[in-house]
Amino acid sequence: MSKPSFFEKLMGGLSKTRNEISNKIDGIINSYKKIDEELFDELEEVLVTADVGVNTTMKLIDLIKLRIKNEKVKEPEEVKGLLKEEIRKIMTELSCENQIKIEPSPSIILVVGVNGVGKTTTIGKLANNYKNQGKKVLMVAGDTFRAAAIEQLEEWSKRAGVDLISHKEGADPAAVVYDGIQAAKARKTDILICDTAGRLHNKSNLMNELNKIFRVIDKEYEDATKEILLVLDATTGQNAINQAKVFKEVANITGIAITKLDGTAKGGVIIALQSELKVPVKLVGVGEGIDDLQPFIIDDFVEAIFK
Amino acid sequence: MAFESLSEKLQNALNKLKGKGKLNEKDVDAAMREVRLALLEADVNFKVVKDFINKVKERSIGHEVMESLTPGQQVIKIVNEELTKLMGERESKINFSSNPPTVILMCGLQGAGKTTTAGKLALNLKKQNKRPLLVACDIYRPAAIKQLEVVGERVDVPVFTMGDNIDPVNIAKAALEHGKKHSNDVIIIDTAGRLHIDEELMLEIENIYNAVSPDEVLLVLDSMTGQDAVNVAEAFNTKLGISGVVLTKLDGDSRGGAALSLRAVTDKPIKFVGMGEKLDQLESFHPDRMASRILGMGDVLSLIEKAQASFDEKKAIELEKKIRTQQFTFDDFLDQLEQMKSLGPIDQFIGMIPGINSKALKGLDFDEKDINKIQAIIQSMTKKERNDPELIDSSRRKRIASGSGTTVQDVNKLLKQFKETKKMMKKFTDMEKNMRKKGKFGFPFF
Repeated sequence: MSKPSFFEKLMGGLSKTRNEISNKIDGIINSYKKIDEELFDELEEVLVTADVGVNTTMKLIDLIKLRIKNEKVKEPEEVKGLLKEEIRKIMTELSCENQIKIEPSPSIILVVGVNGVGKTTTIGKLANNYKNQGKKVLMVAGDTFRAAAIEQLEEWSKRAGVDLISHKEGADPAAVVYDGIQAAKARKTDILICDTAGRLHNKSNLMNELNKIFRVIDKEYEDATKEILLVLDATTGQNAINQAKVFKEVANITGIAITKLDGTAKGGVIIALQSELKVPVKLVGVGEGIDDLQPFIIDDFVEAIFK
Repeated sequence: MAFESLSEKLQNALNKLKGKGKLNEKDVDAAMREVRLALLEADVNFKVVKDFINKVKERSIGHEVMESLTPGQQVIKIVNEELTKLMGERESKINFSSNPPTVILMCGLQGAGKTTTAGKLALNLKKQNKRPLLVACDIYRPAAIKQLEVVGERVDVPVFTMGDNIDPVNIAKAALEHGKKHSNDVIIIDTAGRLHIDEELMLEIENIYNAVSPDEVLLVLDSMTGQDAVNVAEAFNTKLGISGVVLTKLDGDSRGGAALSLRAVTDKPIKFVGMGEKLDQLESFHPDRMASRILGMGDVLSLIEKAQASFDEKKAIELEKKIRTQQFTFDDFLDQLEQMKSLGPIDQFIGMIPGINSKALKGLDFDEKDINKIQAIIQSMTKKERNDPELIDSSRRKRIASGSGTTVQDVNKLLKQFKETKKMMKKFTDMEKNMRKKGKFGFPFF
């Protein structure tokens, strides 16, 4: 048997999302004979409960209303198709690539995010994936704050068979990153993946600490291809947008990884992230297995929601 | 700070009502629409919002409001009352078993903060003269056991572990025996994070539950959780019958909608809130105070409690005397800084002061480092200089600057500030005398 494709995994992971959004929309549409305000109210409810967010929901509803008017749509059944098209459209407005930048080699991936979103796990999985693709990977234990964070990454380093550069707990994270870069240069590593401590985006002193790490990277690893990956928990609601906003300002993030999409959270916030914030979602975590971290593909995501 | 943007939005919506002498249904409808959006954006559960708005509307359109002289204020009062009701009306505490040890089972999704919370809770109980035991039942996540061990060491509470090759159910049972033998009166069981739809792991935690029959089952939930919060809570509640919730990471800027929905949906109280990464930053949850805070009415009670917990009464009286007689020195100033620091992060307690609008707080960035700098400067002064700042001439300033690792400008700034503060305090005390009010705490900064 072949391994399940990304699409199948996402379908599995998103099965709840799919059932919720799709079934609810079907239910609504079937119970209406004509298109009226009440139908829109119910659509709004479905989207908001899927964490799509008030702003994006309103935008989507307005877009659909406009099309219904312009195209003289009468049948409620057609609304679903319109919604699907509009979601796809606002998600693809962004011209950025939805792929992690690792070419040309060498490259560095710095992973940031608030506490408990799954940064270290994501790094472990990422390192494993790249290793299996035949890349030379090195990890840096930049979370010197949380108890046992270094040990956690050590465990992943064993599982994935990837080397790890680490200091003691409480060390200066920028110094660890510095050492990581030197090691990457000496060992001719393709991809250097750096962990950082979880930090709430509203704590300015912690966000400043990130700046120091950036300065080290800019100075010491100027030629490297840089990817700054923000990890977000799919269970997070509208705060995900805030997190992305602030990290974008301070850290100039280049991509987003959404974890824990295998829960019942609907992940609707992905739509808002792509359309409102213009930061591409690049990875999704759809399970706990080491190969459950997958590249994000917009078309598949939209299909998975509406299948 | 949590709830900040929610409170800002609610305040905006309700302020429009405040000034009006008469309210009609339309005014209330318009305001409620804004309230509704504000709550939805704050991730309050959709159904909860619907019910809430209906209740407030119903009460607002009733006679007592429309005919009152300040209908706007009445509506705000109703919103406040309903918010309080939503979150549960009273503070609820840990139920200790009459037959110790009390067993507390922690559960929740991955990354909610169970292990950290377990440590915080242990410290909290230790301060109440309990003898807690932490139990490591997370055998899945790499280094989870190690994390609990480190946390346990920091709060000086024993940690029971059996490695990651043993069934958590057996670990929990063995821990119970161990606790009884070592006269631990509270046993806190940390479990692996699990998705509420993961049948295998949910069965495992049910088995742990059955093996130890806990007195408290605490669901640890990230305050940033979105609409899914209620599903998670409901699932854990159905399987385990949770007895309360700990809401974590409330020091972020999440709008904390989860806090508003949880009670309404599961009817289980929020018992604690996590307010920071340090292990003593676990607070009891007071629904009424939180409701006032959301509406920008301040949280004076919490502020007073915090102040009482950290201020030394004797010192305060002494200080008051010194201020009155203008003998306030740099040493006293240093004392005050210490006390202020022990209140916790400054921005956190400033938010509790009534009248300080959440908007005004935005952009105000308090940095503990500034305080450390000031402390360093004062500590680089001689005893004599601290008592008599007039002594400090330019060569002394240079010495102080190099001693504290700051610049002469920094020293100058502090000296100037100190002088002004002294003047200001004189004014305050005069004012207080006039008002015949007794003020025990004189902050130099406010």
